Amino acid sequence: MSAMTRPGLTPAQGAPAPAPMTPAPIAPVTVAGPVTQARVVRAEWTKLRALRSTRWCTLITVALIVGVGALVAGSGTVYRVSAGNSAAAGISGALLGVLIAQLVLGVVAVLAFSGEYGTGMIRATLAVVPARLPVLWAKLIVLAGLVLPVTMLCAFVDFFAATAIESARGGSAITLTDPGVLRTVVGSSLYLTVVVIIGLALGALLRKTAAGLSAFAAVFFVIPIVVGTLPHNITGFAPYLPSNAGGDLWGLSMTSAHALSPWTGFAVLCGYAVVLTAAAAWRLRRRDA
Amino acid sequence: MIEIDGLTKRYGDKTAVDGLSFVVEPGVVTGFLGPNGAGKSTTMRMIAGLDRPDSGTVRVNGKHYPKAPAPMAELGILLDARSVHPGLSARSNLLALARTAGISRRRVDEVIELAGLAEVAGTRAGGFSLGMGQRLGVAAALLGQPQTVVLDEPVNGLDPDGVRWIRELLKSLAAEGRTVLVSSHLMSEMAQTATQLVVLGRGKLITEASVEDFVDHATGTGVLVRTPEPVRLGQLLAAPGITVINDGTDLLRVSGTTAEQIGAAAWRAHLPVYELTPTHASLEEAFMQVTQDSIEYHAGATR
Repeated sequence: MSAMTRPGLTPAQGAPAPAPMTPAPIAPVTVAGPVTQARVVRAEWTKLRALRSTRWCTLITVALIVGVGALVAGSGTVYRVSAGNSAAAGISGALLGVLIAQLVLGVVAVLAFSGEYGTGMIRATLAVVPARLPVLWAKLIVLAGLVLPVTMLCAFVDFFAATAIESARGGSAITLTDPGVLRTVVGSSLYLTVVVIIGLALGALLRKTAAGLSAFAAVFFVIPIVVGTLPHNITGFAPYLPSNAGGDLWGLSMTSAHALSPWTGFAVLCGYAVVLTAAAAWRLRRRDA
Repeated sequence: MIEIDGLTKRYGDKTAVDGLSFVVEPGVVTGFLGPNGAGKSTTMRMIAGLDRPDSGTVRVNGKHYPKAPAPMAELGILLDARSVHPGLSARSNLLALARTAGISRRRVDEVIELAGLAEVAGTRAGGFSLGMGQRLGVAAALLGQPQTVVLDEPVNGLDPDGVRWIRELLKSLAAEGRTVLVSSHLMSEMAQTATQLVVLGRGKLITEASVEDFVDHATGTGVLVRTPEPVRLGQLLAAPGITVINDGTDLLRVSGTTAEQIGAAAWRAHLPVYELTPTHASLEEAFMQVTQDSIEYHAGATR
């Protein structure tokens, strides 16, 4: 306290502050316990559950996956399994709604961070969890914990509904034990879960909702379509785009050449998620809130 | 207790906080003053660990805050800008913060009651007025019953009832032995609430003093003397620590001594005195002088 500049004030240099008028301070009581990862997860769940956008987007996702599947199965030519049309490919077609659902879930994921930056809530959030990283992990756990079971259920409901409709129309009776079918059904849900993690990381990295949503739509919608229209001799990278690589797991990849095996493709998608999440973690820790 | 030592923060070319050092003691309300852009909010953000200092350290209750195991027990903060989610109700906003420290729903309801938000607790915070938003922010700062409370402009937008609530609240927090740092543009409010002051100008510490000392040493606090012998009386009173200003009329402005001592000295020297009036600067006047001084000081004028 002695080395301070006090122009205009001569006395009291180095002297202790005058005694307060209150009695000697006693140790104040507190009700706050330590921050744990589990507590931050509960906190993030409280936010996610209370937001209207979460409820709406979840409902739309369910409607899209199941509804589009039933629509595909109930219209057009009846699907018959043959040498060129595998049972798995038939199910992939019934899961077409996943391609649109990924955009809806992407909005929820991007907003998980960009919404907090946009409203200023991030300051309150990080002030009570100053270690910061638990917030990222908690949002990741909560989102994945919501999206995985919901979309898994949707995918199975879609499978049973679509196959029932198809066989009623006289198509092949496809079962979960047919080659690649279970992988396709489960894979569509795994795909959406990893896509949501990528959306979350983009929101944390870019902080602005508009930027995050644009980046997300570009990665999962615009780029794969644009690349699909380019000549094949310059698009050797196409199978490694996140959407195409992930699409290999559940059979809807927008490249003509399926260069990757299902699980290799999924591993590539997970690789993107890991790199982006690591970048988001780094930025969250290093930059001012 | 908040200990700030050599704190510096730059945003690009602009130095927002420049080598700042001061201590905020527990048990009293400390006012945090400075003109706009002096670096108050930046300092508060660094106290909460939201901004990283370029150099220097901040300790909250003797600890590096970002490493505190139970942050909400250490520090409660209300920031200048809004920091609530408009899509969540007041209760959900508070509950989300409370969950991170295992704070009960009962405590959440308690601070809602305390902040006078009981009637609007279930409505979305996006529709709140500035005053309601401030009450919600203060409620959030108090959730964990923290040892240190930092409030940036808490009375901003509050009605007279809310202003009085904040005043009583700050005093009771201090009386409980907590550390209270509060900034405000309203000097009259600060004069009623704070006992200690930290004054910033251009990111630097101008002064750290009790409100009493701060006002006492401002020009304007002293004694106004009217005498037909201003020069002789001025010479008589001149001493270290005593300032005498004579503007060429029969008036002297004397600071650093009392009316009694001036009267006695004049009587001993047989100098007539027609008027002897103690005067007091307001906190606002003192603040204006001191911040003005800092600007001249930075311009290189010697004082």
